[in-house]
Amino acid sequence: MLLLTGFKNEKIYKNKKPEEMEYILIIISAIFVNNVVLSRFLGLCPFFGVSKQVETAAGMGGAVVFVMTVATIVTYLLQKYILISFNIEYMQTITFILVIAALVQLVEIILKKVSPSLYQALGIFLPLITTNCAVLGVAIIAVQTEGYDLIKSTVFAIASAIGFALSLVIFAGLREQLELADVPEGMKGVPIAFITAGLLALAFMGFSGIA
Amino acid sequence: MNKLKIFTKGFFSENAVFVMLLGLCPTLGTTTSAINGLGMGLATTFVLVMSNIVVSLVKKQIPDKVRIPAFIVIIASFVTIVELTMQAYIPDLYDVLGLFIPLIVVNCLILGRAEAFASKNNIINSVLDGLGMGLGFSMALTMLGAVREILGSGSVFNIKIYEGDGALVFVLAPGAFIVLGYLIAFVNRLQKRKNI
Repeated sequence: MLLLTGFKNEKIYKNKKPEEMEYILIIISAIFVNNVVLSRFLGLCPFFGVSKQVETAAGMGGAVVFVMTVATIVTYLLQKYILISFNIEYMQTITFILVIAALVQLVEIILKKVSPSLYQALGIFLPLITTNCAVLGVAIIAVQTEGYDLIKSTVFAIASAIGFALSLVIFAGLREQLELADVPEGMKGVPIAFITAGLLALAFMGFSGIA
Repeated sequence: MNKLKIFTKGFFSENAVFVMLLGLCPTLGTTTSAINGLGMGLATTFVLVMSNIVVSLVKKQIPDKVRIPAFIVIIASFVTIVELTMQAYIPDLYDVLGLFIPLIVVNCLILGRAEAFASKNNIINSVLDGLGMGLGFSMALTMLGAVREILGSGSVFNIKIYEGDGALVFVLAPGAFIVLGYLIAFVNRLQKRKNI
């Protein structure tokens, strides 16, 4: 089955230009194959913290899409025009985390002014994002590990954030069902949540056939 | 609270991984083998102890409003030290841990201890707290890494235990979640028994 889908995709993409193909590959790999949460292990705190209800999970997912995209663009520009040109790449960790923390504050203030309804929806999740290692992780992967250019970094950040939101919402749905299930006493709560996440990760591993 | 209790609470009653569920990303991401888990744990312990020392030294000078950014800068400086040191002296481990070394910065365990303990206590207690919490974290990571290594590649600390390759899934992502789930259930059971 996997081979078949893989084959099908290949056929579709054959007619496209290689450059478009590259973007599609980045998107698919960031959402499914190398899912931020289930395969790269980033952003696990919100993954377990705010996944008790689908609604809050969707809110958190939305906030992460927003912050992750902006953070990756800003850190990319910072890395390219300040850190590399002044030859101080070793300051990367400190600058990135400070920029992200400041950015989250800034986003919060701007949202409050510009779109109060969106602020109401995302409000409580924004401060939590500073300690979400997925934001810092994706920024570092984009500018350092993969060495993407600006457009690719942006595409990668959006796709990663969508992957994060997707897995969060799926997991919240599973946990809502889990509330009703008859779980052995010792496994109740956190342990069964971890095992469920493990099975979800197993399911996502199936996507590795696509790439 | 006496000094012994400050030190030992990190191992059992307030263990970062099994009880408080802090610092999950490195816990799951780096424990593909016992050695990797131990390396990550010790790197985190170093940052935790050093940042606890500095935070407890400068706690009176930092205004309340900017304490969180100040703590983050302190932590990030020590993470950079660890990163450069590991890159220079243990490049193999540095390559394996990769992304997770800069990510020690956002490990909620470290910021949590700075905020909840070091900013309120004197330097000796802060060192003991950091050491206890950090070693408890290392212990949890080593345990998780050892179990995954035994099940996934049939060895522990690179010493072969049984023939064959084991189930690869335990080294990959899903195994991390499942093994940690069972370990937490096991620790819960131990604690319940102790209370009765």
